[in-house]
Amino acid sequence: MNAALFTGKQVRLTAENPQVMGEAFSRWDRDSEFFRLLDNDPQALYSRKKITDWLEKDIEKTENDSFFFSIRTLDQDQLIGFIAIWDIQWSHGSSWVSIGLGEREFWGKGFGTDAMRLILNYAFNELNLYRVTLFVFGYNERAIRSYQKAGFQIEGRFRQGIQRGGKRWDVILMGVLRSDWEAEI
Amino acid sequence: MTISTQLFEGKLIRLGPIDHDKDPDVISKWTHDPEYLRMLSLEPARPLSPAQVKKKLEKIEKAVEEEKNTFYFTIRRQSVESEENDRLVGFARFYWIEWNHGVGRLQLGIGDPRDRGLGYGTETLSMLLRYGFEELNLFAVRASIQEYNSIAMKLFTQFGFIEEARQREAILRDGRRWDLLHVGILRNEWEART
Repeated sequence: MNAALFTGKQVRLTAENPQVMGEAFSRWDRDSEFFRLLDNDPQALYSRKKITDWLEKDIEKTENDSFFFSIRTLDQDQLIGFIAIWDIQWSHGSSWVSIGLGEREFWGKGFGTDAMRLILNYAFNELNLYRVTLFVFGYNERAIRSYQKAGFQIEGRFRQGIQRGGKRWDVILMGVLRSDWEAEI
Repeated sequence: MTISTQLFEGKLIRLGPIDHDKDPDVISKWTHDPEYLRMLSLEPARPLSPAQVKKKLEKIEKAVEEEKNTFYFTIRRQSVESEENDRLVGFARFYWIEWNHGVGRLQLGIGDPRDRGLGYGTETLSMLLRYGFEELNLFAVRASIQEYNSIAMKLFTQFGFIEEARQREAILRDGRRWDLLHVGILRNEWEART
């Protein structure tokens, strides 16, 4: 039994009070580059209070179809982002994952890949899922490389699925099966 | 094309609103057919009573009104026989429209097996595409199809949809895994065909 579900090589997965994540998200979301890597919604800026309210509500109604974690570095215990398994379809063993590192100085240094490896271990060995899926935008090459390192394969491209600055980019579908992931480790 | 065009009138069928009094009984019958449910949804198949259907339809109409990224139509027969005219045969919807990127998803279903293979779905899809590109002014229209739904795959391919992505083994049915396919058509591809 490997009990180190929440501790990786560079990061650990934690649960934080809504106030802590509310403060972090309201700060991170002001970085448009961060938000455009994360999401394709038109971005609005929400107050710390509003975000904290959402998080509190989410925690209250925590259903069995999503698992949200915060990401902290192991060496300085700094809060740098979040990662979540969501929309689990239990009958098919299928789910989605999202990750965001709000603290820019931790981009491109393996922290995200480490967190993704942790949550895939959680998905396959704790939740006993069969596959995990994600979307990534064509302009986010750093993320694509990170997901590939963690075991994801490109499963297709929604052609010109997103428009940024007058230019259209593909939205890429990536997935990892339990068997891909077992072959990886 | 003129702006006085009719978007909802076809030859065999028309797109109409929900009839909250009459439709629930018909739809409840469809939900007792697991094959129908398995073609439309990945949720575990579950029959719904007319009362449950009614609630669901009310919820759908509320979402159309409030969320502004969904459009829901019933598919009804177009006929000179008054018995047959306006009979409910299916539903169609646009959902999860991302207005800022011009992307929408669509889905349609013909409920009674006896109403399938008669061209109702084909005419519906042709009207939906026109609605998506000429009324919603979308840039791309997408749909998700279970690998085992070859009738849908054939229908969408016939209209120029291209397979864009394949979620490997995302579906488990009767002990076997199937892919979930995602197809799409872009505005210029649709225009080139019409």
